[in-house]
Amino acid sequence: MTIQLGIIGLFALMVLIGALWVVMLRSLFRAAMSLGLVLVGVAGIFLVLGAEFLAFAQILIYVGAILTLVVFAIMLTAKLHAANAAPASRQTGPAALISLGLFILLASITPVFAPPPAGGEIVTLAALGQQLVTTLILPFEVISLVFVVAMVGAIAVAATRRDKTSS
Amino acid sequence: MSPLQPLLLLSCALFSLGVFGMLTRRNAIGLLLAVELILNAAALNFVAFSQAVGSVHGQAFALFIIALAACEAVVGLAIIMSLVRTANTVFADELDLLKG
Repeated sequence: MTIQLGIIGLFALMVLIGALWVVMLRSLFRAAMSLGLVLVGVAGIFLVLGAEFLAFAQILIYVGAILTLVVFAIMLTAKLHAANAAPASRQTGPAALISLGLFILLASITPVFAPPPAGGEIVTLAALGQQLVTTLILPFEVISLVFVVAMVGAIAVAATRRDKTSS
Repeated sequence: MSPLQPLLLLSCALFSLGVFGMLTRRNAIGLLLAVELILNAAALNFVAFSQAVGSVHGQAFALFIIALAACEAVVGLAIIMSLVRTANTVFADELDLLKG
């Protein structure tokens, strides 16, 4: 148990440092790379907690797909942020106060949630799959609908409209 | 014993850092990165509680969060590309077209 806690602590350190870099670094490309660090750290915590499928889904979808997409967007707009010499952030002082207050508020609530004394049994992947197609079938199907809408919407928003200029 | 408390604290810290990023970043892509931090904090909370109480629903909803994050990133980046084409800027505070 202490080894498990130690590994979680290492991953937590990685997540916290990466998250600080994500919000503090001036270079957006470096911020995106530190987001990759955060995502891998969270996947490691999932792995230690016994959620193997989620850990690999996290690496596959977040690090593999979303981060690649973000890096592409940063590179496509690189000229625009290089041309602007204004500071990368604003109102740092009040924002730091607000988020620190939020953290203290949230952290003061957490002792209410004591883990049950018996402790939970390990959640198996088979149980997860079973639940996804029985009791959780409605959210599962709604997510696939959301996927279709998001794909069509993204194509409609980002596509160049040549028909208007030509006709 | 399960490490629920430290994980909840880590999740709170991740959420607060995401809010800090949302408040300070000027670049719209930087705002998207901060939103990913917030979504990850929520997923971490779901998995920590799922492991603590031994329920499968937490993991299922963390999976839904990952799927929704993918949708959000795709639509957000499409909007940013469209903005670059029409307004020629990626900075969220320069977009004041609707200001009276």
